[in-house]
Amino acid sequence: MREKIIIGLAAFAGALLAWNMNTIFTQLPDELNQGAIYRIIYFHVPANILGMSGFGLGMLFSIGYLVTKDLRYDALAASVTEVSLVFASIGLATGSIWARIIWGVWWAWDYRLTSWLVCWLIFGGYLMLRRAVDEPNQRARFAAVVSILGSVNAYISYKSIEWWTTQHPQPVLSIRNGGGMAEGMEAPIWWNLLALACFSTILVMVRMRQESFAREIDTLRRMAHAQ
Amino acid sequence: MWTIAAKDLHSELRTKEAWNASIAFSVVILLLFAFAFDPSSDQIREFGSGLLWMTYAFAGALVLNRSFARELQNDCLDALIASPISSAALFVGKALANFAMLFAVELFSLPVFGLFYNTWPPHFAPLFLVMVLGTWALTIIGTLFSALTVNLRLRELMLPTLVYPMMIPVLIAAMTITTNVLAGNAMGFGVRFLVAFDIIFTTLAVVFVDTVLVG
Repeated sequence: MREKIIIGLAAFAGALLAWNMNTIFTQLPDELNQGAIYRIIYFHVPANILGMSGFGLGMLFSIGYLVTKDLRYDALAASVTEVSLVFASIGLATGSIWARIIWGVWWAWDYRLTSWLVCWLIFGGYLMLRRAVDEPNQRARFAAVVSILGSVNAYISYKSIEWWTTQHPQPVLSIRNGGGMAEGMEAPIWWNLLALACFSTILVMVRMRQESFAREIDTLRRMAHAQ
Repeated sequence: MWTIAAKDLHSELRTKEAWNASIAFSVVILLLFAFAFDPSSDQIREFGSGLLWMTYAFAGALVLNRSFARELQNDCLDALIASPISSAALFVGKALANFAMLFAVELFSLPVFGLFYNTWPPHFAPLFLVMVLGTWALTIIGTLFSALTVNLRLRELMLPTLVYPMMIPVLIAAMTITTNVLAGNAMGFGVRFLVAFDIIFTTLAVVFVDTVLVG
């Protein structure tokens, strides 16, 4: 059943992405001031939305673990955070490429970029911490605490473009009262978000299966040692 | 809570392990920065606050690292956890002792910074306010992660990896305010940010310390 869901999701996401690519690259005109490079927003924004919301989701699963002590919540939190870190990396890389063309530099030390890099480092540390603790329950507890503390920084990063005047563009999406995009240019962002969200769900499902196998192997090893 | 704080301070006053190390370290950092930048330039007022807070963060890490690690000998940590006090009281007690030690290190390195870089703030009161708010934030984060990593095999590696990224928002805010204070300007938005950060992280740390220490 799990395989069928993964294959179905992958087929849907692949088709949606292909259709959306066609819209982005052949049908939408270049942006008036930025030219062709503006198209990076169709990957930059969805990747960062998935990264940011994934860190938040990881926090909710971490709270779920602390409340229930069920290791499946911990596995979910770890899987979601790992996939989110990949999307955050894509977001940072695409943003950097865009900045090189538009600002003339690969990086600027404004609040948004810095806070997001800090988040990336914190959740990178989260994954390193998981490797450093052997006992599963202790690992889950420690990781949950770091995830919850790190999410405060993810929220600071989310709000940074409203709180401070940053070099990073202010909100452009209509849901954040931006409304800075021309008719027809915003919709492909949402379609790409849907396609990438399907891909991230697949990755989380695959990662979850690895976690459950790892738990099984760990249990067997403990049983073998006990005998 | 106060007993734990007094115990930590007594123990530190007797051995002076963390105190000596962090004082020596802060002087070395301030000396090295003088070669990295031109200490006689007019720009020192702009980047001086950065040097000061980086010194506090690095020297502070030495104090904070020892906080729970010093309890490992003779299984003192297990005895403290088993004693009839709450984990929150143990944590806040240790945080208060760390705060006092870190603040003392800062008070020592502040005139050293002033002498080496010939930079003195026009008013000391706002600078002390920033130091109190910023140091408390550094202490809370450092003490919580000291508790979290105390039993890990890679403690020395994991602690800086986790602590410094968490400290960055505090350091940025503290540096921005200190730059304003050194220039004689108003402190700005950063103070509200630091107060909010202190409240949020103190609450989170007190809530989660039981999870970290006991489970």
